[in-house]
Amino acid sequence: MKPFFITLFLQILLAAQQVYAAGPLIEFPRASDGHPDFSGVWQTLSSAHWNIEPHVAAAAVLPALGAQFAVPPGMGVVAGGTIPYLPEAKAQRDRNFTARLLEDPEGKCYLGGVPRSTYMPYPFQIFQNINEIVMVYQFATGLRRINVGGTEEAPLDSWMGWSNARWDGDTLLVEVSGLNGLTWLDRAGNYASANARITESYTPLGPNHVLYEVTIIDATVFAQPWKISMPLYRIVDADFRLLEFKCEQFAEEKLYGHLRKPEAQ
Amino acid sequence: MKHTQPTYLVSLLAALIVLTVPLHVCAQEQRKTAWGEPDLAGAYTEFTIAPLERPEELGTKEYFTPAEAEIFQLQRLEEVNQDDETEPGTQADVHYDFGTYALSANEGITSPNLRTSIIIIPNNGRIPPLVPAAITRRDARGDARLGHEFDGPENRSLTERCIVWPSTLPPILPGGYNSNLQIFQSPGYVIIQGEMGDPRIIPTDGRIVTDSLPQWIGNSTGRWEGATLVIETTGFNDNTAWRNATANMHVTEWLTRLDDDTVEYRFRVEDPQTWAEPWEGVYPLTNLNGLLFEYACTEGNYGMANILSGERAVEQQAEKQ
Repeated sequence: MKPFFITLFLQILLAAQQVYAAGPLIEFPRASDGHPDFSGVWQTLSSAHWNIEPHVAAAAVLPALGAQFAVPPGMGVVAGGTIPYLPEAKAQRDRNFTARLLEDPEGKCYLGGVPRSTYMPYPFQIFQNINEIVMVYQFATGLRRINVGGTEEAPLDSWMGWSNARWDGDTLLVEVSGLNGLTWLDRAGNYASANARITESYTPLGPNHVLYEVTIIDATVFAQPWKISMPLYRIVDADFRLLEFKCEQFAEEKLYGHLRKPEAQ
Repeated sequence: MKHTQPTYLVSLLAALIVLTVPLHVCAQEQRKTAWGEPDLAGAYTEFTIAPLERPEELGTKEYFTPAEAEIFQLQRLEEVNQDDETEPGTQADVHYDFGTYALSANEGITSPNLRTSIIIIPNNGRIPPLVPAAITRRDARGDARLGHEFDGPENRSLTERCIVWPSTLPPILPGGYNSNLQIFQSPGYVIIQGEMGDPRIIPTDGRIVTDSLPQWIGNSTGRWEGATLVIETTGFNDNTAWRNATANMHVTEWLTRLDDDTVEYRFRVEDPQTWAEPWEGVYPLTNLNGLLFEYACTEGNYGMANILSGERAVEQQAEKQ
């Protein structure tokens, strides 16, 4: 009798282990080196691009644009809800918000930087090789080259930053430095400076989901490090390809309209 | 007879050298990615001393001798380094000086090339004549622009507007400066990015693009033929007008690694509504031994603001007089 129960117990234990082991990570594609393969087209689903802090719905920046272009509500993607600004930095954020129609770099077709490019409401494609990962963002065709195993400091500042990555189990950790501090974090004027050090982590959540988390450290702007977190959703549409969103011409009126030749009188 | 140890070792060493040389050559020919495709990845310079079009006086002469090439190179560098005889205070006097540092061809790596031109077909090494329809289009554009060159940003060139640098389009050709490109590979894709261009995402499974959405840089699809990546690009929009071409331009490119430092770049351009015949060219891409850096054009486009405001100032001056 006893051996039967022991066997049964062991079988249940084994079955439980198999169920636990057969979790989502086994279904996520793997690269030839055994690491998760993040290659593919991804996009976020939130209103973080409007405001990464929790926010209720609000009027469009130009009310005449009506309900279509109003600001949708959002649960927020900031851990703890509020960005821990230093008092002067918070005032700067508020000034950014007031001036957003003219000052938001996105409106000028300027590159979105990191992490804003990830949660813009447009797809981006990841191309993963063993030593290098490239991410191409639809908006203004932003591009990042990520050095896997790289340790070199950023030789110069740039809009999309200098990225070194390493693996921590199934998580890809990306250290971003050399950001030029000229991008914003969203359309509400949230920002970090050129002193910011960003750490991203990409962790598979399921065959078509990745947990994307970002820690932001910038002692000149924030009282302490803080974090944002959101899923990446795989684009599974058949025959999908990243189309051009070359917004330069759409920003010309905003940038240079005041320099046009006046109409003949 | 006693074999001395050194003799034995020399023989062994000789045998090893003989055995490894062919392996070394094979390794270069077979350089592959981790997933078994030919490896084209790297950062390259496009700059080569061969001009796009062959000087007319050379006729059908395809190659220089090394001695001739050296003379030609010196002559060419002298031409660009010369101080132009432009009159100070005139518009013509405001121009790039390609003899200065960072613009001078002397500063960077030049791909070794004995050819007399990049273009090899037609056999005079020159772009075929434009067909009448293309001349009409070109002249119409010129006429529409005349007198309005500085009215607003849309009257300026695609490069000044930071929309697209023609030298980074398919076909890729060396331009005035920043003639560098990066090739990146991952399973199923090759990305070619000219330093001042948008990344060209090229799937390598030969897929047909199912939508009909035109793009500034066209739609590219690639396939492997042995060690060569063959890229077909169509689907340009009406505004690219690369060298007066229409949206129906069809570009084929062939990329083949020749050795550790060189990738051969060959291209064919076809557009019967623009040129009487297709034309082809070839030149080497040479390892840059360095990095390409971000080229954020519109973010730093002081040029556009200065050009337009300068013209407004000139107009105001004229009004006062």
